[in-house]
Amino acid sequence: MQSNFLSRFHIVKKAESTGWKPLFLSFLSLVVALIIGGLFILCLGKNPITVYGVIIDGAFKVARTGAYVFKTIGYAIPLVITSIAVSIAFKMKFWNIGAEGQMIAGAIFASYFALFQSQLPHWLLLIIMLIAGAVGGGLLGTIPAFFKCKFDTNETLFTLMLNYIALSFITYLKDGPWSETPGFPGIAKFAANARLDIVGGVHIGWIFTVVLVVLAFVYMRYTKHGYEISVIGDSVNTARYAGMNVNRVILRTMFISGALCGIAGMIQVTGIEHTLGESVAGGRGFTAIIIAWLSRLNPFVCILFSMLFATLTQGCSGSALLKLGLSPAVADILQGMILFVILAFDFFMQYKIVYRRRNDA
Amino acid sequence: MNKQPAIKLCGITKSFGSVVANHNIDLTVQRGEILALLGENGSGKTTLMNILAGIYQPESGEIYIDGQRVSIHSPEDANRLGIGMIHQHFKLVDIHTAADNIILGNEPKGLFLQKSRFDKVRELSERFGLSIDPMKKIYNMSVSEKQTVEILKVLYRGANILILDEPTAVLTVQEIRRLFDILRRMRDEGCAVVIITHKLDEVMEISDRVTVLRKGESVETVDTASCDIRKLTELMVGRPVELSIDRPERTHSGTLLEIHHLTVESEEGVRMLDDVNMTLKKGEILGVAGVAGSGQRELCETIAGLMPIKEGAILFNKKNIENMTARQIFKAGISMSFIPEDRLGMGLAASMGIVDNMLLKTYLDSPGPFVQKKEARLLAETITKKLRISTSGMNAPVSRMSGGNVQKVLLGREIESRPQVLITAYPVRGLDINTSYTIYDALNAQKQAGTGVLFVCEDLDVMLELCDRIMVLCHGKVTGIVNAADTTKEELGLLMTNAQRKGDSPNAE
Repeated sequence: MQSNFLSRFHIVKKAESTGWKPLFLSFLSLVVALIIGGLFILCLGKNPITVYGVIIDGAFKVARTGAYVFKTIGYAIPLVITSIAVSIAFKMKFWNIGAEGQMIAGAIFASYFALFQSQLPHWLLLIIMLIAGAVGGGLLGTIPAFFKCKFDTNETLFTLMLNYIALSFITYLKDGPWSETPGFPGIAKFAANARLDIVGGVHIGWIFTVVLVVLAFVYMRYTKHGYEISVIGDSVNTARYAGMNVNRVILRTMFISGALCGIAGMIQVTGIEHTLGESVAGGRGFTAIIIAWLSRLNPFVCILFSMLFATLTQGCSGSALLKLGLSPAVADILQGMILFVILAFDFFMQYKIVYRRRNDA
Repeated sequence: MNKQPAIKLCGITKSFGSVVANHNIDLTVQRGEILALLGENGSGKTTLMNILAGIYQPESGEIYIDGQRVSIHSPEDANRLGIGMIHQHFKLVDIHTAADNIILGNEPKGLFLQKSRFDKVRELSERFGLSIDPMKKIYNMSVSEKQTVEILKVLYRGANILILDEPTAVLTVQEIRRLFDILRRMRDEGCAVVIITHKLDEVMEISDRVTVLRKGESVETVDTASCDIRKLTELMVGRPVELSIDRPERTHSGTLLEIHHLTVESEEGVRMLDDVNMTLKKGEILGVAGVAGSGQRELCETIAGLMPIKEGAILFNKKNIENMTARQIFKAGISMSFIPEDRLGMGLAASMGIVDNMLLKTYLDSPGPFVQKKEARLLAETITKKLRISTSGMNAPVSRMSGGNVQKVLLGREIESRPQVLITAYPVRGLDINTSYTIYDALNAQKQAGTGVLFVCEDLDVMLELCDRIMVLCHGKVTGIVNAADTTKEELGLLMTNAQRKGDSPNAE
């Protein structure tokens, strides 16, 4: 008979809460996260208010060189797009961990036109690059879907491994075929013609992102395709019984998911980086997975969480923290803690822990 | 014997949101007694038993086990108190062996699993007369084998209070008899047994006392011996109920479906249907009887276009449907409301509401890229009213509805699609008597409208009353097609095991 202390704690699933309550709890989790982060900063002997001020400043300050908030938004854009991309796949219970690689594939495809077809008229070039990015990401997304349908391979491992292949492919291009000066690794900067225009302080990708979010929401919620995705996510047998062509839906959905990631890659490469390098995805494809979960696969909520992550990253990236005597690594720790608290809250939204006294039962 | 009752519940109340599932329920079970818990779907039987099993906590009320006041917070607590529940939906690890499932959570000490666990489980199974292969994997097992594993699991943990939630719903007549023998033996050994069932004849056969629940309240507890089926029905429904099933005269003629020399193999290459020949006529209900796993499922799925035909042909209105997709077959007028062994796995999308589930086969019919929900909402309201489905809302996930209501949603949708051929498998499984009659009436209405109904069922009494003809399957072969009016249960029983006997001893006939 076991009755040690720990075994008297029980994890119990809560009744599902609906409406605004989860959203409020998400917000509350942010507040708690900031308080815990603040305690950590206190332990380091700094004033949390000052440090948070610096971070907010770093993310939103209006400086001589332009408002920082535009940088933050620029950082959030690929996060939003990739998180809605994986949300669509996740809704189907297809675990697409390959947003990173699909983003890279999109960036590579788009870069080809930026580097070698830059004489095309500006808007035509951008549209071609957009399509190329979507096709690149889409194709990379379709490969694991194809093998899943054909041989029932594990999509989690498959998409994950494609990330590394895609990343190495950039290195290959940089070292050889697309190298600016033969013998030296490095790809040329894009011509101005192949860069995204600035609208309202941020590259035009933000308008595109807003449109994509609305489209993705409508697609998942109101279209026949979205309905098919939900049914397959629920039960493949039911989908088959309803006469759906399950394989076709899986292939189509993964093409869309990959294509969105590819578009994110294209926007990143032409809007921010202006050249192709290994940092083009920079872990955003993985962050997107967390954002998608926290947002409960809701594209609009993805915007909020993407902005939160962008604020943390951007706010901690300048030299202001260093001036306070804090290593930039502190920023990473802080980010990690905040993320941890948010995830913990997410857990407590679904479960509760029950403690029993000894004399019970 | 201990004079204290094994279980005593006082004033148990449990609600889910605004729905009160149990209201102030009292219940006692003595040791050496089998209590049947009876009630319509959604009357709160399963909830009450889940409280005993530690899955739910009541809001108020007291639980006494052997006279001791206890509170049960988790299945482990229930375990410790000797309470074992065998759920309607099995809770087994598919890829593990029977033995590993049985010892799960109670593994013997030590870093490695010992080979001897198989012998231990075999010993246990022999002691209780439950034959089982301890090394067989769960996914290779039939439903009744899985149930045996569940029972052994509970016995292995030394339970002496046994709760069974609709254990007979998925069993054949022989298996039920065996189960009842086990339960009687356990009763005689001083266990307390609670059994939930909808089948009144079983209640009469197995139980010592009956407690009837209605709408979350306990209506009455009676001695089985002083009672009859009519009285129990009345208590359950709250008013007298006519207990015979109509069989209206056939008014249509002509053939809808012809099956010639149909042979079907499973993905593993096992022959599931073997040279099946049959016809389904307009306006008839054709029963399909057979021991579980005799090819019923395969027959339904093949007609619905979900399984490939190996040999032979299926003609629907004289047209071969071999190369049609499931969707084309449905469009042509063959509708299947297959109720598989696990209810939500096929036919419904569990996390969606009734409205979205109405759309499952018709969402493509509306023009444009968007799903049109207007008609689906009307349809959902219609069947909710017609079949008296109780739900907390049209968009609440169907997975949260009770089993009977889930079934009504599924069958309602198929009937409303006005098919020419309606395939229903186990449509009343797990349904209470009142709802069952609603469904029989609905099927008869279909018959009178000229629909050909293929009715797969395990209850021979119902088949004899409802069907026009009954086809018997055994190991994928048709062993006979008989007129329901001129046959008997015994004859059907013989046909159901016919080929088996032939196979066992070739010289027997």
